Amino acid sequence: MKATIAGVNKEIAEGTTIAKLIVDEKVENAEYVTVTLNDDFLDKEAFETTVIKEGDNIEFLYFMGGGAF
Amino acid sequence: MLYLKQQDYEKILEHCKKGLPNESCGLIGGRKEEENQYVEKVYLLTNVDASREHFSMDPKEQLAAVKDMRTNGYEPLGNFHSHPESPSRPSEEDKRLAYDSKANYLILSLMEENNPVLKAFRIDEEKNVTIEPIEII
Repeated sequence: MKATIAGVNKEIAEGTTIAKLIVDEKVENAEYVTVTLNDDFLDKEAFETTVIKEGDNIEFLYFMGGGAF
Repeated sequence: MLYLKQQDYEKILEHCKKGLPNESCGLIGGRKEEENQYVEKVYLLTNVDASREHFSMDPKEQLAAVKDMRTNGYEPLGNFHSHPESPSRPSEEDKRLAYDSKANYLILSLMEENNPVLKAFRIDEEKNVTIEPIEII
């Protein structure tokens, strides 16, 4: 099955969840990562239960923030 | 060395001044050549915290910027934000939330009205801070 991961078309196993993909892709600092599936932002609680489908488009983004103090 | 075009510096400055009294933020994309990094595009993002002491980048705008960088063949080089009332140096919160030791963290201080100060920093995994020299070209 093919899906686009961070702009790259890749072969991934049937039944792969977002949580497994984060591990398989060796996503760094996974605790900070935000995931979009077909441009929709996923809740972290959904990572374990969301199964990737053929043609899905997944992006990994990192929270970026800070402060003055 | 990080190279930033004069017009991109001015874009950042204008965006951050327009955002006052709140912090403003954005991303920088470009290319890397050995030790040198060249900013090719700045992305002016919304601080969804709308705060003078905190910033969080709008995730939707962040996604759009990442896609635009990819389309243009740019690499993500880092981000910028303003400190309206404090110096150009990473705060404890900035350091805590810095996850990428390879990113450039640009901070524009606007604490002196007629003397904006832009500096770039690297923050390693142990939260040690080093200055990355910037040249405005």
